[in-house]
Amino acid sequence: MKRPELVCPAGTPAALRTAVEAGADAVYCGFQNATNARNFPGLNFTPEEMEASVAFAHKLGTKVLLAINTFPTAGRFDLWRDAVDMGARYGVDAFIVADIGVADYVKRTYPEIRLHLSVQAAASSPEAIRYYAREFGVKRVVLPRILTVPEIKQLAREIPCEIETFIFGNHGLMVEGRCSLTNYVTGLSTNMDGVCSPAADVHYDKQPDGSVTTRLADFTIDSFAPNEQAGYPTICKGRYNAPNRPDAYYAFEEPISLNLSGLLPALIEAGVDAFKIEGRQRSRAYVKSAVSAFRTAVDSILAGQEPQLADLLALTEGQKQTEGAFKTKKWR
Amino acid sequence: MQSLTLGPIIYHWKPEERIDFYARIADEAPVETVYLGEVICSKRTPYFEKDYPDIIERLERGGKKVVLSSLTEVVLKRERDMLAAICETEDHEIEINNTAGLLDVAARPHRVGPLMNIYNEETMRYLANKGATHFSLPVELPATVVGEMAKAAKDFGVGIEVQVFGRASLAVSARCYHARAHQRTKDNCQFVCEEDPDGMPLKTVTGQSFLTINGIQTLSHSYINLIEEVVDMPSMGVTHFRLMPQQVDMVEVAKIFADRLSARIDGAEAKARLDELSMSAPFSNGFWHGKQGQRQFGPKVA
Repeated sequence: MKRPELVCPAGTPAALRTAVEAGADAVYCGFQNATNARNFPGLNFTPEEMEASVAFAHKLGTKVLLAINTFPTAGRFDLWRDAVDMGARYGVDAFIVADIGVADYVKRTYPEIRLHLSVQAAASSPEAIRYYAREFGVKRVVLPRILTVPEIKQLAREIPCEIETFIFGNHGLMVEGRCSLTNYVTGLSTNMDGVCSPAADVHYDKQPDGSVTTRLADFTIDSFAPNEQAGYPTICKGRYNAPNRPDAYYAFEEPISLNLSGLLPALIEAGVDAFKIEGRQRSRAYVKSAVSAFRTAVDSILAGQEPQLADLLALTEGQKQTEGAFKTKKWR
Repeated sequence: MQSLTLGPIIYHWKPEERIDFYARIADEAPVETVYLGEVICSKRTPYFEKDYPDIIERLERGGKKVVLSSLTEVVLKRERDMLAAICETEDHEIEINNTAGLLDVAARPHRVGPLMNIYNEETMRYLANKGATHFSLPVELPATVVGEMAKAAKDFGVGIEVQVFGRASLAVSARCYHARAHQRTKDNCQFVCEEDPDGMPLKTVTGQSFLTINGIQTLSHSYINLIEEVVDMPSMGVTHFRLMPQQVDMVEVAKIFADRLSARIDGAEAKARLDELSMSAPFSNGFWHGKQGQRQFGPKVA
């Protein structure tokens, strides 16, 4: 049985150390600027921290994958070029990119460094993946969370590169790299600034009756009864009204997390080369629990035992979990 | 050279409505180019693709250039086959809206659509070297970035197109939200999107008009309207101006934009004529000004 790589989130140097010590085969991280898709205040790495963190990870045999996975806008390309140059200097094991211009720069400048295609590139067909592999020598694609396990198995036969799938964490519903919802409301762009539902625009308005209305900038995203816990206002996880839905409903998706722990053997069998845990914005405690649990699960599967699965429900959004599109086409 | 174009119909309009719509466009609308094709949902095409030859003939007799637009989400066999068929078309230009389309078109000239992620001159340079002739830019790009792109486009000898009217496409998904609203799934949707020829409105729980659902696509509630700004675009190097079909008199919208571009009318008069069409949604121009997309700024924006 092929041994899948466990790819773990590192939002900070401390989280990186935690993930490495908890058994990550690889960690992914980004610089403190718009070059990565989790450009949140208090997250990510300064150049000095990146250099030290790469050295730390390598000493313990863990790979570092550098996410440079937003879309540089015309006139700002130097920031992305610099991020690639720094990553190369510090010895990262791969770049995770989404933009064609950035991919081309990596290929021309650092042909010896592995290129991974970010989920932000939304390559969801053999043709799209083959395009990136042919043009830029992409070695691995991070698949959008929209395919069933049989579809992944079929896909694996049709592409010349490795497959990485998300197995745990945030369950994004929109095609990554194609969402301007945050920019429509806040003026900050997910693709250009690496921002989704920025905290500075988040409001929890407490009503006289004790209920809470959540807002992103000017728009109400949800409303919670006094006994409900108010969730973080993300546009695609909010409740709205449609003409035939007079009662507020989750128009896109409920606040729910992806958890594929039950599908790991099937995913390995389908030909998945790497499992990705989402959550660079989450706490060290989350990283420790999720990484340890999946380390144990993957190792027990590889040893031919029943997977030992810790209860991860406490780590999920709204304490709800799903196997999403991986389980059934009905999800669509 | 600067010209108006008409983007593809993104909603599920009835076949007879499409035929009538394009007949009027052919005869009366001052647009140079018409993009034709199903961009959103592969399930819809059997309803109207048999009419395309007649529609194309009618548009071409009216002097329009017809460009075939391809799907934005390409996952299933059916979708991959549709894309492959368009890429093999020889008698018309094609517009690619998914990277999958780039695999096999390198040998022939092609346009790159607004649902592709073209954000900078390096990406544009790469694709132009591989046969792309024309770029319709993503709707969220601000004027400053469009200016840089248009400058580079001139060097590469490619066209630059900006959407100046109609709802902004904000997101696409593998899931059909029209079906979901009706407690169905994409596979058994029963084409419920046909009930909403201008999209299905989503309101917030506090009653704000917010978004619009069109199958797998989420659009703005507001219509982008750059009637004031469009006159500055030719000097920036923007070559084409896209009008997206909505449930309004698109012939009149095209005439107003044409009059404005040729300086026959000023911004105030153009705005007044657009207001007379009593559209069902407010206007917005925030993306162009590098601000919240939903906002509408007056003529004197700092």
